[in-house]
Amino acid sequence: MSTLEIRGLKVTVDTEQGVKEILKGVDLTIKSGETHAIMGPNGSGKSTLAYSIAGHPKYTITGGTVTLDGADVLEMSVDERAKAGLFLAMQYPVEVPGVSVSNFLRTAATALRGEAPKLREWVGEVKSAMEGLKMDPSFAQRNVNEGFSGGEKKRHEIMQLELLKPKFAILDETDSGLDVDALRIVSEGVVRAKEANNLGVLLITHYTRILRYIQPDFVHVFAAGKVVEQGGPELAEKLEANGYAEYVGA
Amino acid sequence: MSTLQSNLLENHTPTGREEAWRFTPLKRLAGLHDGSAKPSDRESLTLNGIASPGVSFTRSAITATSPSDDAVVNRVRNHTSDGAILAIEKNTVVENPIFLNRCCGGVDSAELSRVQIRLAEHAKATVILENTGDTHLAEDLEIVLAPGSDLTFISLQEWGAKTVYAATHNAIIDRDASLKAIHVTVGGDVVRLLPKVEFVGPGASADLQGVYFATEGQFFEHRMHVDHAVPHAKSNVNYKGALAGKDAHTVWIGDVYIRAAAEGTDTYELNRNLLLTDGARADSVPNLEIETGEIVGAGHASTTGRFDDEQLFYLMSRGIQEADARRLVVRGFFNEVISLIGNEEIQERLMTRIDGELERAGK
Repeated sequence: MSTLEIRGLKVTVDTEQGVKEILKGVDLTIKSGETHAIMGPNGSGKSTLAYSIAGHPKYTITGGTVTLDGADVLEMSVDERAKAGLFLAMQYPVEVPGVSVSNFLRTAATALRGEAPKLREWVGEVKSAMEGLKMDPSFAQRNVNEGFSGGEKKRHEIMQLELLKPKFAILDETDSGLDVDALRIVSEGVVRAKEANNLGVLLITHYTRILRYIQPDFVHVFAAGKVVEQGGPELAEKLEANGYAEYVGA
Repeated sequence: MSTLQSNLLENHTPTGREEAWRFTPLKRLAGLHDGSAKPSDRESLTLNGIASPGVSFTRSAITATSPSDDAVVNRVRNHTSDGAILAIEKNTVVENPIFLNRCCGGVDSAELSRVQIRLAEHAKATVILENTGDTHLAEDLEIVLAPGSDLTFISLQEWGAKTVYAATHNAIIDRDASLKAIHVTVGGDVVRLLPKVEFVGPGASADLQGVYFATEGQFFEHRMHVDHAVPHAKSNVNYKGALAGKDAHTVWIGDVYIRAAAEGTDTYELNRNLLLTDGARADSVPNLEIETGEIVGAGHASTTGRFDDEQLFYLMSRGIQEADARRLVVRGFFNEVISLIGNEEIQERLMTRIDGELERAGK
């Protein structure tokens, strides 16, 4: 059983208009096997939370703590965070020209496992992950995210989630840009990863649609850089009916 | 007189003020350009293995196919009328690559070398020229492609750290013949390499691909000149360079000249540079001069950028440590061209060399 604990997290970014505070004291605790949905309007800081936990250099931490089983995540480099068990499925995965998916996945698996996976077993793992996400085998020979459709990018992110077996996954709007079929396929991948590895999930979304496939244990409403309300799955139903109006502009 | 013609290499001892010489560090050129180099009689170019049927490799008198106004080429031609000739007979299709090798000429004197690669009508071959070791070398290499012939020419500059290499690789391409050239420069102190194309028959094509990686103190210049003098020829230029370390300096010049007679020309040239550290300098100058509007297409692009932090973040967020992530991105950058070589052993050898240069530059 692992615990990811976020306490009083404050984050700023440098903009052309000067330094802007995006996160204004976020508190959140996620345990293995739990699914937490973070819902909130555009610009509320949801993605900043995701990228700050993963260690993107654009964001400056000005206060608070993030710990994984007591270890200080904020002191870790980006790759050390991944090695500690954190995974960020990105809303806009980055193209890496000239680097094949196959080479990328094996390099990542080698880094995370501390040794190169045995070739035969690895080929089987990749094949099974790709089949689960209904991806064509030729996908492995393409360059990372280069020329991928929106749906392919998201499948590729969730394929990594299944192969790299983190303790905690942050899914940053994984549902955006997916049609109904792709949403179901991608969601099933997340559920498989949860069941296989007792994964803790922090699921960031605007919409309740994905929550039909990935049942949340907790729902947090995010507005103006902090959590403003928490509840169970019923809170998502309420948001679906009423929107975010009562949390913004008040 | 077109501006591009005036960019051609003046036929006198360069002073550094000429357009064609303005980037080159003449003091480091070991006298190859001004006649002060001490000429040797060495002939370092060899054929690996035995020539297959229809292929010959000989040393004999060479008649230049095309006049030159380049100071280095003319010094070579004045020095010797003999050279190495690789000839492929009519209709001969050579299945395996032909390996030419240059190694270890030495730096106490200069080699002035003439080479001709000749493909007769409808011959087809791949020639891989492997350059290693330390040398001072001025090279006048001509590629003569008869109608319908098809050459893949790969020139690998894996020189040692003391090498000074000034070369012109001039391809004269006749009707419906096709050249694919790949120039890879990853070693040497000073490399000045001029890949040139003269189309002399319609329907001909040239694809010039190249990569270079300069580290601390190295100067690598690649200067193309593609002359569309006849109708319906096609050219493509794609060079990718990376630089790392103090005073690493690369120059890429792409001169494409479409003469009035060259209707139906289709040409594109691209140069991309990746600056991996501060203190390095990449010059990139595409020049396109067009004397007829009756063409299929003509374009060029040049970009010079720094390492993409988003790529680094993406790879590192998957547990890949920074040095490995950088290596992956640089390999990926070069892979587009290196993979065209089509020989796994060579490709891996070049990538390993690039990894090593990158690692040294990062220290």
